[in-house]
Amino acid sequence: MSAAPILSVRNLAVAFRQGGKTTLAVDGVSYDLRRGETLALVGESGSGKSVSALSIVRLLAASQTTGEILVDGEDMLKADEARMRQIRGNVISMIFQEPMTSLNPLHTVERQISEILTVHQGLSSEDARARTLDLLTRVGIPKPETRMDSYPHQLSGGQRQRVMIAMALANKPDLLIADEPTTALDVTVQAQILELMRDLQRETGMAMLFITHDLGVVRRIAHNVCVMRRGKIVEAGPVSEVFANPQHEYTRALMAAEPKGLPPPEDLAKPIIVQGQDVKVWFPIRKGLLRRTVDHVKAVDGISFSVRAGQTVGVVGESGSGKTTLGLATLRMIRSDGPILYLGQRIDQLGFKAMRPLRKDLQIVFQDPYGSLSPRLSVAEIVEEGLTIQQPDLSWEARRAIVARSLGEVGIDPQAMDRYPHEFSGGQRQRIAIARAIALQPKFVVLDEPTSALDMSVQAQIVALLKKLQAERDLAYLFISHDLKVVRALANHLIVMRHGKVVEQGAASDVFAAPKSDYTRALLSAAFA
Amino acid sequence: MAEPILAADETLTPAAPPRSRWSLSPINRRRLDNFKRNRRGYGALWLFLVLFITSLFAELIANDRPIIASYKGEILFPVMVDYPEEKFGGFLARTDYRDPVIANEIKAHGWMIFPPIRFSYDTINRDLPAPAPSPPTWWLSDAQCAAAAAKVGGKGCGDIEWNWLGTDDRGRDVVARLIYGFRISVLFGLILALVASLVGIGAGAVQGYFGGWVDLVLQRLIEIWTSIPRLYLLITISSVVAPGFFVLLIILLLFEWTSLVGVVRAEFLRARNFEYVNAARALGLTDGTIMVKHVLPNAMVATLTLLPFVLNGSITTLTSLDFLGFGLPPGSPSLGELLQQGKSNLQAPWLGISGFAVIALMLSLLNFIGEAVRDAFDPRKTFA
Repeated sequence: MSAAPILSVRNLAVAFRQGGKTTLAVDGVSYDLRRGETLALVGESGSGKSVSALSIVRLLAASQTTGEILVDGEDMLKADEARMRQIRGNVISMIFQEPMTSLNPLHTVERQISEILTVHQGLSSEDARARTLDLLTRVGIPKPETRMDSYPHQLSGGQRQRVMIAMALANKPDLLIADEPTTALDVTVQAQILELMRDLQRETGMAMLFITHDLGVVRRIAHNVCVMRRGKIVEAGPVSEVFANPQHEYTRALMAAEPKGLPPPEDLAKPIIVQGQDVKVWFPIRKGLLRRTVDHVKAVDGISFSVRAGQTVGVVGESGSGKTTLGLATLRMIRSDGPILYLGQRIDQLGFKAMRPLRKDLQIVFQDPYGSLSPRLSVAEIVEEGLTIQQPDLSWEARRAIVARSLGEVGIDPQAMDRYPHEFSGGQRQRIAIARAIALQPKFVVLDEPTSALDMSVQAQIVALLKKLQAERDLAYLFISHDLKVVRALANHLIVMRHGKVVEQGAASDVFAAPKSDYTRALLSAAFA
Repeated sequence: MAEPILAADETLTPAAPPRSRWSLSPINRRRLDNFKRNRRGYGALWLFLVLFITSLFAELIANDRPIIASYKGEILFPVMVDYPEEKFGGFLARTDYRDPVIANEIKAHGWMIFPPIRFSYDTINRDLPAPAPSPPTWWLSDAQCAAAAAKVGGKGCGDIEWNWLGTDDRGRDVVARLIYGFRISVLFGLILALVASLVGIGAGAVQGYFGGWVDLVLQRLIEIWTSIPRLYLLITISSVVAPGFFVLLIILLLFEWTSLVGVVRAEFLRARNFEYVNAARALGLTDGTIMVKHVLPNAMVATLTLLPFVLNGSITTLTSLDFLGFGLPPGSPSLGELLQQGKSNLQAPWLGISGFAVIALMLSLLNFIGEAVRDAFDPRKTFA
């Protein structure tokens, strides 16, 4: 390890102007990063961690940046645009969060990587091809010769991120900035990518600036950590020290924020609320002129489950495993085969109209609280919407009273009911979405990844809220999640899904303690490593 | 957005004071500001509004009847009320206030105030200094005016009634026809654009929201429908039915409504799977409520952006039909008919030039407004 830092940031401040108002996104941040080291910037959304990293390569439009950013002793803020182009991609490379949108969908993998090589290093096309092959092999793409001619959509999420890493490494950068590179990936793939990045760093000796909100990731990959909050660094130091002995209350709060605790014991005497028997959701694949069905995409393929009052059934699996489809089928939002029973009554053959009176008992909370609340309605209008249909003879005052009570129960000040969703934070929005569901007094709620879009500290609060509501109302939950930590805190019963089929099913405590299938073991080791 | 930590999540960020029912939401306020910042578009809107609202009162600006008159101690409003000529000692069913006999009779027993231009769109000036189409009066020499001036006991052009932009080939004042023509064009365009939008939004909404077979069938129908050459159909129809304002409106509406279907359908296709739409379905809301309350607002941006251009298209269609002689009935004040006269009377350039100038001004103004509206709704600018 050389003594001189490759990256040295001094007193960095970034301000955005919007409609005459100036917002300080980064406020006097300083840190050093040496070769071969990894520095993690941790913080919640809006803490300025991405902004401070993007400003290093001056990729932020419409901002005012002050301070010093020294890369190998050269101040980035004083370099001209031509020099910046040399530095970007050559000295400093970047990996972004979303591998699907970071790759050009119209170019093959080979073309995207070799383009960098020919532009920056002036390689001939044969040399570039050979080097591309070498890079793809190094980032662990299986059968790289055939994958070179693939388009991004033909690759899985993990493979796409590997291609992004190969692109970033193509010019042997001294500094790699990784902006939440694993956030969009499944847990098992996440672990592989982190391992790959660590290996590559060991080989090349590059420095890594790692931006993440996930403390687990920090623990695995970083040497040093800076905890950011509201544009300021509140705590910095070696990872082992910060984790062992957090000084700042915010760091301590972040660490305590991981959902903890176990679900309340289930009571087998309670009635079964919703039951599914051999539920199947098959989407036909039609081919040819006559659109004959040649095959099916088996999104959910023969799953049986039952949820009792006061019980939580957790459905876990990676993206594409069919867990959300199962949730939607249970609520009869999409067509499915196989009996679905609500309080012993078959509901899988009811039409939309016949289902309507039952909808007040069967509710759903969606993943993204930014997408699930209409931006044009006030909170009161959102929460009362179901009441206007299910209990149309309620007076305006009575509806407002129910709205106020529901909001109070989820921890939102009822006084705020005439405000609009954008005035609330992500966690508050999810509370409003929960209030909308419980305003109808449901017996069964499908929770479709209700915590995934939220910051870590807020996740724990939402989990606590869900537990509280369940205890008070004897709610039955179908809890869909890919996050095993959250599932462990909530679920009594567990269904592990993969490719639409059940891999493992049983009491949550048994599955966590002694997983039977390899797939469950892989999931668990990735989540609790 | 700074995410509050832990317990702080319970507290609300101090937000704007609760807004009243009719005040603009912050995003619309920003759009309005963006619109105002586009000075050309904002100026064009004002100018257009001034012209349009003025033209709505065309009867008070250019008319062959007095606005107000006093006759034998009685206050009369000839603009609004048809007084038979018997009242003033004549014999016609409608009084011709421009008739010197009547005018002198009224002046002898009271007074009358004429609008600034004493011609309506269909008033024929019978005292033209030159044969129709007569050039603008200020173009003529006193010698040319002498004959007409002699009738009213004057000598030169200063003594006769002026036709500021001359007359058309039937001796009708061009300024008056322009004012009325502008009004009828804009009104026709507005009504056509509005009704066409309503129908188009409805059709697009149904297609996009339900998708599947509904979408497939309606799309094919629209494709077949739009492939019918509308001009030939209009020519055919106008040879059977006498085309009036509303007949034309309905015929054009049959074709114009398709222009908005595409964008609205696309917006509905996109929005029907939004999570809040799904949430509304889970609450048991009916399709109609979901469409109007949750999806339509998304489509309004695209619609409002296109509306000025639909309006422009409607006006142009009417003008071109009038130009070809298949439009409004003969005698109506129509810009297209004026252009047609300009074409057949090349020796009278004031006809073609003034018609062209008014149409060009009207369409440019609407285009500038449309551009500004489009930019104001541009999400990159709204959220920048």
